[in-house]
Amino acid sequence: MMRWLPFVMTGALRFLGEGRLQTGFIVGGITIGVAVIVFMSAMLAGLEANFLRRVLTSQAQIQLLPPEQVARPLRNRPDEIEEAIVQRPSQRVISIDQWQTIVRRMEALPEVTAVAASMTGSALAVRGAASRSVSVAGIEPERYLRIVRLTDYMVAGRLRLASDDILIGIELARDLGATVGDKLLLNGMGGASRTLTVAGLFDLGNKGANLRNTYVALRTAQSLLGVIGGVTEIGLSVRDIYAAETIAREIAASNVVEADSWIKTNAQFFTAVRAQKNTNTLIRLFVGLSVAFGIAAVLVVSVIQRSKDIGILRAMGATRGQILQLFLLQGGLLGFAGSVTGSMLGAGALAYWHSVARQADGSELFPLIIAPGLFVASALLATATGVVAAMAPALRASRLDPVEAIRG
Amino acid sequence: MAEAIVRLERVSKSYAIGLPAETEVLHGIDLELERGGFVALVGPSGSGKSTLLNIIGLLDRPTRGELLIAGEATSRLGDAELTHLRGHRIGFVFQAHLLVSAFTACENVMMPMVIANGRSSPRIEARARDLLDRVGLSAVADNNALNMSGGQQQRVAIARALAMRPDLVLADEPTGNLDSKSAQDVFALLREENRLSGTSFLIVTHNMDLARRCDGIIEVVDGRVRTA
Ligand SMILES: Nc1ncnc2c1ncn2[C@@H]1O[C@H](COP(=O)(O)OP(=O)(O)OP(=O)(O)O)[C@@H](O)[C@H]1O
Ligand SMILES: [Mg+2]
Repeated sequence: MMRWLPFVMTGALRFLGEGRLQTGFIVGGITIGVAVIVFMSAMLAGLEANFLRRVLTSQAQIQLLPPEQVARPLRNRPDEIEEAIVQRPSQRVISIDQWQTIVRRMEALPEVTAVAASMTGSALAVRGAASRSVSVAGIEPERYLRIVRLTDYMVAGRLRLASDDILIGIELARDLGATVGDKLLLNGMGGASRTLTVAGLFDLGNKGANLRNTYVALRTAQSLLGVIGGVTEIGLSVRDIYAAETIAREIAASNVVEADSWIKTNAQFFTAVRAQKNTNTLIRLFVGLSVAFGIAAVLVVSVIQRSKDIGILRAMGATRGQILQLFLLQGGLLGFAGSVTGSMLGAGALAYWHSVARQADGSELFPLIIAPGLFVASALLATATGVVAAMAPALRASRLDPVEAIRG
Repeated sequence: MAEAIVRLERVSKSYAIGLPAETEVLHGIDLELERGGFVALVGPSGSGKSTLLNIIGLLDRPTRGELLIAGEATSRLGDAELTHLRGHRIGFVFQAHLLVSAFTACENVMMPMVIANGRSSPRIEARARDLLDRVGLSAVADNNALNMSGGQQQRVAIARALAMRPDLVLADEPTGNLDSKSAQDVFALLREENRLSGTSFLIVTHNMDLARRCDGIIEVVDGRVRTA
């Protein structure tokens, strides 16, 4: 008998060991349940992390834009009837008013970690006979790179933006037959035009973006788009990415800008994640319930099978409390054992699925996040479930009349 | 005279046999067992011997009357106190299903001490091995309880009953399932233990030969006691 273990623990282990077939089956059941939960939770976390990484490295967490241009019909007299339909004005490229002041104000906010102003507009990229309409973003690289990790997406050339440089996507490069070092002619909408050298190619992982997005120096964009000294957008990074929407609303309330957070622009994604999480919670709940019922069923049978043993233990001085603990512990041990094997099975399945499942472009579908916390949590939860499930059988065991149990 | 180890005062026991009907099995029993006594309890089948033994062993409560263990009245004690008293003062040898099969012979003997102590200890194990040695079973001490003959199991049960150095050992037909040679051995063992340690014994038996070799015989007939 193990000396360091309390009597109830030794008893629980021995009882489980003696009924090894029952123990084996129920631990197998718990293993499957825990494995499903671990697998699903880890994969969901991985998919979410993957998406977040993509979103947060390719767009600013908060975008400040000039306020929307609205048409305000003139009123002369109160009784004058206005036009019933007010046409929305077409949105011209206009700069954010007093943007330097806003940038300085943003930099002073404690929640904000990085600020970068940029100028975005449309232009026609021409090379020989080929031309494509593109979106030109004028940026200040040192600042902008702290908001969007453009470096991560470079596939050729260098991320260098002198006044005659341009970075283009791989799809646009293919369409125009251009590569690093080639010259492109850009015609701005206002009539200005510049000849720029392709300094580097990037792949944002999205065909449309690779075709449309181009990056130039801020001053180049300003002259090309005819808005000298202006910017159309201020991007912000914040300390707590989930607070982005609240911060955006505060900023919009106290500055003459529109503020969109990544949370708002990716609302669909969040709805999907929430739906997934709800489903996941439901599945966990039902798996947990079936595990609990399984444990309870096995222990109820065990109490009946062991009623004479219980009677003997009671006759030898075991208290009701000790008998109660003896069976609660069995439940807890079953849950714990199942959670250990289940975690291993779940992690194994996850590693296998991770190696097999690929995205269309061959990159991993989800990062393999095997967080120790998940295992600790599932072990605690499974053990607690086991103890709770053992409650009814354990109470029954502790209330057995020793005489009846022995006579049985 | 020293105070009695067990004293029954007008003890009755009724069982509910399908409510509201009741049947009285023991009818107002008065009884005293002396310390250090070695007494046989005899009587026809169904006369109430086991019922009486269970009441004396605090496994069951009388319906009416009072039971005193070493002078202490038990009718007002709660379950926890009765359990403590039972664990420390009384040893049991049951007729059937003697041992807990999930444990070895040695562990079965250790059980009452481990329960009282909360966990095992070298001292407890040494005492268990010593007791098994005394009943001639040191060679099979680590065998599983199930892999033993009836006589061996009976002797393990006796060793276990003695583990806590109880004041009183209650044995319900300890020789009932044994051949006459084994029955003689087990009986001799109990007698010897009584002589050496002064522990009181109350032994239910159908074997009148053995009963006659006890210090006294209590006969139960139809739930009433006739002392011979
Ligand atoms: N739980 C119970 N419910 C109803 N009747 C019971 C119960 N337990 C015992 N009896 C009855 O009480 C009487 C005495 O039973 P007990 O077991 O004490 O007899 P016994 O003298 O030990 O018999 P045996 O020599 O066969 O072991 C019997 O008639 C039995 O049917
Ligand atoms: Mg009997």
